[in-house]
Amino acid sequence: MTPSPETLLDLHRRMLRIRLFEEEAGRLSEAGRIPGALHLYVGEEAVAAGVAAHLGQGDQVTSTHRGHGHLVAVGGDFRRMFAELFGRATGYCRGKGGSMHIADMDLGMLGANGIVGGGPPIAVGAAFSNKYRKTQNVTACFFGDGASNEGSFHEAANMAGLYRLPLIFVCENNGFGEFTRQDRHQAIRDIADRAAGYGFPGVVVDGMDVIAVYEAAGEAIARARRGEGPTLLECKTYRFYDHVGVRGMGVVYRSDDEVRAWRERDPITLLERRLAELGILDAPGAAAVRDQIQAEVREAVAFAEASPFPDPATLTEDVYAS
Amino acid sequence: MTTATAQRQLPVVMAINEALRQLMQEDPNVFLAGEDVALYGSVFGFSRGLLDEFGPERVVDTPISEAALVGLGVGAAATGLRPIIDIMFMDFMGVAMDQLVNQAAKMRYMFGGKARLPLTIHTMAGAGLNLAAQHSQSLEAWFCHVPGLKVVMASGPYEAKGLLIAAVHDDSPVIVVNNKALLGLAGHVPEEMYEIPLGQAAVVRPGTNFTIIATGRMVQESLAAAEKLLEHGIDAEVIDPRSLVPLDTATLVESVRKTHRALVVHEAVRFAGFGAEIAAQLQEAAFDYLDAPIGRVGAPFSPVPFSPALEAHYVPNADRIAGEVLRLLGRSG
Repeated sequence: MTPSPETLLDLHRRMLRIRLFEEEAGRLSEAGRIPGALHLYVGEEAVAAGVAAHLGQGDQVTSTHRGHGHLVAVGGDFRRMFAELFGRATGYCRGKGGSMHIADMDLGMLGANGIVGGGPPIAVGAAFSNKYRKTQNVTACFFGDGASNEGSFHEAANMAGLYRLPLIFVCENNGFGEFTRQDRHQAIRDIADRAAGYGFPGVVVDGMDVIAVYEAAGEAIARARRGEGPTLLECKTYRFYDHVGVRGMGVVYRSDDEVRAWRERDPITLLERRLAELGILDAPGAAAVRDQIQAEVREAVAFAEASPFPDPATLTEDVYAS
Repeated sequence: MTTATAQRQLPVVMAINEALRQLMQEDPNVFLAGEDVALYGSVFGFSRGLLDEFGPERVVDTPISEAALVGLGVGAAATGLRPIIDIMFMDFMGVAMDQLVNQAAKMRYMFGGKARLPLTIHTMAGAGLNLAAQHSQSLEAWFCHVPGLKVVMASGPYEAKGLLIAAVHDDSPVIVVNNKALLGLAGHVPEEMYEIPLGQAAVVRPGTNFTIIATGRMVQESLAAAEKLLEHGIDAEVIDPRSLVPLDTATLVESVRKTHRALVVHEAVRFAGFGAEIAAQLQEAAFDYLDAPIGRVGAPFSPVPFSPALEAHYVPNADRIAGEVLRLLGRSG
């Protein structure tokens, strides 16, 4: 069953917001205008969008080092996001977190995370809290194929299964743990298989097909809200940019043909084709959405660059709660 | 002091138990999770009876998974609960180090002050029970070096209760270190809830001509040393910082300005131990008042040995502390 036209347009918009945010962040990073390292989400948009479309007030997300997409997907504010990437006082973290720690506690986005495998134990805590407080809320834990080899993931999965927590583990399997291809970092093909070891279902889904992700995530999240415990949703996806930045350090670890083949299945193009077929959104309509978001990006970058840097006096503030 | 409360004596293990019970009665958002803390009542016995009183939702047995256990606390604290996470032996903190050091300690700062982490990590340190190298360490210095964590060490039952209550009431992550060799030590513990403010040292024994600053179990050994030193005409002041982070430097400095001499004592390995920080701060703040170098007593630079014959030489005791005081005074023990 195809989701409603409203849902399809919502998914399109979420993906496009991520794409345009990330393309601009990539340009600014390559131009040396944003300090530090950016891990960009371009190519993987269907995963964050398809999951986040089911989340609402009180739900939580734990994220990864490639975390901008998750924050945009749950409604992150471009202005505060760009300001944070630029290290400004008006940023989400007042310039203390940057790309790898961007967070919005009000949206339940419990932070991008610089430690691979750092998120799953925290997701267990958030989901435990949802259950303890007798809410219907769920926690979505995003992690990569690389993190699925960390002990913390396995400890968290075991605990989530044991307590039947309202949690979905969303594996963004983009085929690489940093620069190491999946078949060189684990002996299995489907990470979803690991769920069986912890007593809950594992589902493989095409991570370039946002409708497929949306439907599978919907089922997993409904199950979690019903109190039936976690699901591991493995989304097969791909990183169009390098591990860090756009072009990275130029070391060859994958072929141009491979990248091209995946780009043929660009999740946004795939959905736009579908939207046109269904008569929901034609090319000029899609271009109008794009222009509107692009204008928002430009305005947010201008806001960020015009914002002040943090006062050095704030350096040791917020180490502890006052 | 003739009221029943004033006379009441409790061992450390029951002081911890009472603090946990009162904290859970006081606030429905407080829960206890750890390995064998519920059905078994903890291997040290400090959580006995809590499962019956509060039920399995609030007294939670977990798998032996320290990383997920601390993460359980981090995620729950970040979303409005006030968890008490028990790490059975301090040595096991190694398994959970990322969650403690990279997640719990830094979340508030990294997020620009927008996260609140009212998280208590309770653990047992200390040697002396022939438990060998992986169940006996005192690793507090590791955590004192990480901005974002608070670290407290209890030296007796009064401190065990008051520090735990203050830690759980605090809105930052606090590591509460008890000493397993002190669990049976009894002393006066008020029945009502009370806090020992974090960052407030106690002058445990006032004295006039020597300052001994000791943490955890070494407070008891230092008090015994002070008695021995009386025979030598030395009236030692014994100070228990109680909280290492934040540290009440002012009380330590004030004492040294009065006595002009100081010895820092901890059970942890002496080299790069917390005593080095105290000694450094004292010489920065009170150099002109010092009549002798600041001494340090701690464990030798070795893992904790198993054999009672070796372990007895490992853990500092009253004789060694008194001997070091005499040496610093240029006298022989």
